[in-house]
Formats: sequence, structure tokens, C-alpha cells
Amino acid sequence: MTQLIDVPDPVGHATPDAPRRRVSLPGGIDRVFRGVLRGAGFTVLGLMATVGVFLLIRGLDAFSVAGFSFFTTQTWQPDSRNFGIAAVLVGTLLIASVALVVAFPLALGMALFISEYAPRWLKRFLTSAIDLMAAVPSVVYGLFGSTLLQWRGTDIPRWLSIQFGWIPFLSVPQADPDNPLSPETVYATSTFWAGLVVGFMIMPFICSVMRESFTQAPQGEREGAYALGSTRWGMIRSVVLPFGRSGMIGGTMLGLGRALGETIAVALIISPIFVIQPHILGAGANSVSALIAQQWGAASPFGLGALMAAGLALFMLTLVVNFAASAVIARSRSGQGSDA
Amino acid sequence: MSTTEHPTVHSQQPAQSQQVTLPLTVPGGRHHAEPDATQPVTTVHTGPTPAAAAPRPLKPEVRRDTRSIRRTDVVAMIGALVASVALTGVLFDQIAPFSGVVGFIAIAYPLFLALYALLVSLEEDALIVRDKLVSAVVHSAALLVFAALVWIIAYPVIKGWRVIWLSNFWTQDMADAGTLDPLELGGILHAAVGTLEQISIALIITVPLGLTTAVFLNETRGAFTRLVRTIVEAMTALPSIVAGLFIYASLILLLGFERSGFAAGCAISIMMLPIMIRAADVVLRLVPSSLKEASLALGSGQLRTAWHVVLPTARSGLTTSVLLATARGVGETSPVLIAAGFTPYLNLNPFVDPQVSLPLATFQMVSSSEETMRIRAFGAATVLLLLVFVLFGLARIIGGRGAGQLSAGQSRRRDRQSVRDRERYIAAKRAPANPLTDELLNPRPAFRSTPKPQQGVSS
Repeated sequence: MTQLIDVPDPVGHATPDAPRRRVSLPGGIDRVFRGVLRGAGFTVLGLMATVGVFLLIRGLDAFSVAGFSFFTTQTWQPDSRNFGIAAVLVGTLLIASVALVVAFPLALGMALFISEYAPRWLKRFLTSAIDLMAAVPSVVYGLFGSTLLQWRGTDIPRWLSIQFGWIPFLSVPQADPDNPLSPETVYATSTFWAGLVVGFMIMPFICSVMRESFTQAPQGEREGAYALGSTRWGMIRSVVLPFGRSGMIGGTMLGLGRALGETIAVALIISPIFVIQPHILGAGANSVSALIAQQWGAASPFGLGALMAAGLALFMLTLVVNFAASAVIARSRSGQGSDA
Repeated sequence: MSTTEHPTVHSQQPAQSQQVTLPLTVPGGRHHAEPDATQPVTTVHTGPTPAAAAPRPLKPEVRRDTRSIRRTDVVAMIGALVASVALTGVLFDQIAPFSGVVGFIAIAYPLFLALYALLVSLEEDALIVRDKLVSAVVHSAALLVFAALVWIIAYPVIKGWRVIWLSNFWTQDMADAGTLDPLELGGILHAAVGTLEQISIALIITVPLGLTTAVFLNETRGAFTRLVRTIVEAMTALPSIVAGLFIYASLILLLGFERSGFAAGCAISIMMLPIMIRAADVVLRLVPSSLKEASLALGSGQLRTAWHVVLPTARSGLTTSVLLATARGVGETSPVLIAAGFTPYLNLNPFVDPQVSLPLATFQMVSSSEETMRIRAFGAATVLLLLVFVLFGLARIIGGRGAGQLSAGQSRRRDRQSVRDRERYIAAKRAPANPLTDELLNPRPAFRSTPKPQQGVSS
């Protein structure tokens, strides 16, 4: 190889230090290549951007019939022109909040365990396990929740409703705790169970974002905390958590976006009702996506339009949450070079 | 050092002071059961006597135990566990009006934390008690999550174990089997075929488009690239049912396709695109820029650099991104529900008539009230899980290496190629009259006419 370099330079004999033009201008095949790349970018952008447009076009009929009452009506009878997403939208938000309450502490605990406590081999194993948990299809979570958890775990909502029934949304009006023969179905098919299962579904997504941001906490500052006599928890509280704060917030919002859009697991667990159900432990719940999945097969053409409109509302909601989440996470990435 | 203690390196001073104040705990408690004669050796820095700074005696140094778990910790943990279970048992039977496993855990767990804190506080100060408590909570959260994962995966497999070993389950559709028929009739062939066809269609769409877009995000800069990246990132969590609605509104209502496996494949590819682009984007970003710069410096253009340097270097990561996106796409139910509809019949043609997939079949079957149908649903879910596992395992095996790291076979091949190249150059140098030499000494034609070194990169 060195012999090749020893060959007299055909260019260098003129003015070697002057700024030279680049020898090969991007042209010919490279221009085509750039065109192809840009074309792919345009295609993806077009696909993603037209999602909302198409839903809007199809849902416009329904919007114009329902008007603003689309957001205030609770019932869903599109064929008699009396429909709205008030009940399902509130249901969606309630399920997502329960999911976050379940998922956030678990994800935080798991992420801290993986990044701070686990030995190296366990770290890799658990990271894979969490990724696998994210890849488990939602219908499997739905099976688990609908056929096992909500019938075997009646103790949890009963205990919660008896002990904390004085908090309005944790009471179950249909239930009679003094009657030992009271049916257990009042505790099943509820917002709580749907939220619990969705919480386990979104937990891996939150956890992996948190873990990423925790492991990026600078080693120097960790050792500094230890050198100042900190315990491990002291180090976590003063270095890892502040460093990973935006990762925590961003990951949680990403999980929220996913929880809002979750369809099949929710549709399997709940029994749909069309009133705002504030009692999260009581039977009956609903969400926008479950509404679409359940009404789709039997909907008239106008009903399809109404479902499209509901889908558009869900799309807008998740889009706002996701944009906010990516903005927060992007800010956390920019701070990763703070280890001097 | 007296109030706080490093969790991994235990200094000697607290141990000594403890020896004075709590002589009963020393023999079994601390890990240093060595005689005191060794102590000046190991406590040169922390020892109370300045005389220790004198020249060290040449005794073999005793290895310090830097483990963060000591016997007292384990004893305290087990003690708290046993005590809490026992106490809860008493409470449960005699005093409290609780019932069931949940009530038991709801009492036992806080009791365990309290007892553990109490046991630790007998020996340590508040700072360490807090540290141990947080550690216990974090460990139990991790344990709970792992247990939930195992449970969620094992449950359908256990329930569906019986049915997946029946041969008719794999070779028949549900055309002849009603809800009341036994498990020996009917199967999920139609769903399995549908899943494979739909995911193939989705892959045919997403792999070229997704990977090209990922290259686009990495090879170009500017406002447009940033816009595409932002949109793709926001679309990663696009609700799958919205993807189905979009395909229904565009492909079926506007372009006149019918509800079919093809429409479902398109809907799934809308779901998979952002996932794949994002994963591939991250992988491509890890390709060392020195490699790209070396390629550009040798005179190759952008296309050559991307095709012969960037993509081969990131190949394992790109495969992983495709496999992970596939694993997600295979499990999507709602796009198929919207775009393909449900059918109990085997439909080999993805372009006409409804076609069902494994998750959709699971969804429909479990909604039945008949036990046999539900067991079939668990069987279908087991097959689906198996498929996801295989894809996921492949992704882990292939993607275990970072960008540019080679497997043993790859590096052997590259070594051989390198040796051959060297011999070729030497031979060319020895025979200056050879016309090959002129070609070799002139870089541009040589680069264009000999693809050998590039093969070395790509194989």
C-alpha cells in the first residue's frame, strides 16, 4: 500500500496550499440517488400527513350533522343523528390515567433497577425482557385481562372500594359489601381493569425511555456523589433522577399517547356503556378506539363517517401528546454531553 | 465517614467502632472475621493511628471485601420477610376484616418494609435505612414486572397447549367447525395464512420505503429532513386503529379496493413504517463517520458510500430494526379488523374478499361464550406468541453486535480478502511493465474497475 502513496502526485506540483475545488462534484448518479432519497422522504411525509386529511374528509358529514354537540353528547346512535364522543372521550382519558398510575411507578422501579442495581448479566437479560414485553401483541394482554385477571382479581377493586369508597370515584354504587352473595360482576369489565392491563402494556415503552436517560447520567458525577459520601439512593436522587428528568417526563407522555390509542385489549375487557362513568371500579367503561372496533362491523355508511370523526378526535389527541413527548425527549438528548 | 457509608467499599472504621459498641454482632455479622493483626494493613488511610503511615510490613495483603451485600443485609431481609408474613397471618385470622390474596399482600408488603427498616435501623443510621428501603422497593417493582411478564406470556400458552398439538389445528380452517364442535374439528390455517400474507405485503412496502427514508434522514441535512424526522417520531405512537381507518378511507372508499388482505397489509405497513424508520435511523447514526469520510476521500460518491460502506456496516442493526417492526406488525389486530374484515374461511388470495389474521381470529374467538372456541383462541394466541418470539430472538441474535463489529466468519473472510489484495499489489509492484500496474497506480480507473475491496466490506 505504501508504494502506491509514493507515486508522484499529479496534482500537487501547482499551488499546493491554495484552497482547492472538490474534485468530484455531486452529479450524475449521486443526483439520482439524492432524488430517490428525497422521494422516499416525501412519500413518508405525505402518507403521515394525509392520515388526518382523509379522516377529516370522511368525518366531515358527521361533523356537520352533529355540530358542536359532537363533543358534548354521550350517546352513540348515529343512525338517528344523535351521537357524540363525550362519554367515550372521558372514558379514554380515565383509562389512560389509570394506566399511567400503574405504569409510572413500575417503569421507574424497573428502569432504576436495570440501570443502577442489577448486575451486568441481569441488565442485558432484563433489557431484552422489557423489549420483549413491548413486542407482545395487545390481543394477548387482552386475553389475559379479560379471561383471567378481572375474574380472579375481584379482591382488588372490592378492597379498594370498601377501604377508599369515601373518595367519590373509587366508590362502586352497585355493590353491596355487606351482602356476601352479591355478584362479583359489578367489579369486572371496569375502567380499572382496562387501565391496569393497558398500564402493563405501556410500561415497557416508558421503562425503556427512562432507562436510556438514566444510563446516560454522567459517570463522573455519579462517582463524585459517592466520593462525597453519598449512599446509592443519595446518588440516584442527586444525580440520576435530575439528569433523567426530561427522559422520565417524555417517556411517560409517550406511554400516555400509546395508552390513549390502545384498542383491542380495552375492547376485550370492558363492557361498553355510553354514559360518563366516573366510578372507575364499577362495571362498564368505554374508549374511543374500543367504540370504533366494536361498532365498525355493524355501522351504516353514515355511521362509518361518525366513527371516522371519532377516530379523528383520537388522532388529534394522540398527536398533541406525542409531539409534546418528542419535544421533551429531544431536549433531554441535547443535554447528554454535559459530562465534561 | 461516620455518618455516611459508601455502599460498595466498606471502610474499617465503622466496623471497629461497632466492635466496641456491639460486640455481640461481630463474629457472624461483619465480613471481616480476620484477626486484628491484619487490620493495620488494610486501614492505612482510615485507621485512627498515624503510626500506620510508617513503612508497610511485607505481609500478604488481605483482599478487601467490596461486595455491597453483607450477611447482615441478607439476615435482615429474610427476617423482615418471615416476620411480616407471620404477623400478617395473625392479623388476617384474628383481627383485620380482610380476605383474599390481595388483602394479604396489601398488608404484608407495608409490614415487610416497616420491619425491614426497623431491623436495619438497629445497626445503621437514617441515611442508610432510607437507602435500603428504596433498594427494597426498586427490587420488588422489578420482581413484580418480571413476574407479570412471565405470567402474561405463560397464561395463553398453558391454556392453549392442548390444542396446538392437534394436527387439524394447523391444517383446517373454521369453515366446517361451528361453535359447539369439539377441538378435533377446525383450526387456524386461514388465520395463519392471512397473517403470513399480510405481513409479507407489509414488508414489501415498508422495507424499501422505510430503509430508504432512514438513509435519507442520515444522508441529507436541512429543514425538510428535520420535518420528516419530527413527523416520523410523532407517528411512532399512531393508534393502530387510526391507521386502519386511514387505509379504509383512502384505499377502500377513495380508490375502490375491497376489504382484503392487501388493504390490511397496507394498514399494517402504515403502523410499521415509523417504527422501522426510527429504529433504522438510530442504527445508521451509529456508523462511524470516519468510515464514511474515508470512502468519500477515496473518491467515491454519495451513492457508493451509502451502498458499499454505510449499509453493510449497519447491516445487523438494520436487520434488527426490520425484525422488531415485523414483530410489532404481526400482532396488530385493529388495522386488520378495519381493513380486512372477518371470515372463517381460508382465503389464499390477498386481493379479494375478507382475510383474517391470527390476532383478529384470537379476538373473535375469545369473544365467543363457548369454552372450545376460547381454547382455540388461546391456541391462536400461542401460535402468535411463538411467531413473535422467533422474530424477536432472531433480532437479538443478529443485532447483538454494534455497527461495524463483525462475526467470526465475517472477519475471517475479510482477512483472506485483505491478504489477497496485498499479494495483488505486491505482484503489481514487482512487474512494472505489466499494464495492470498503470491501472493500479492510477486511482480513479482502478477504483471503478475493481469492485474487490468493496466486496470485502459487504461480505
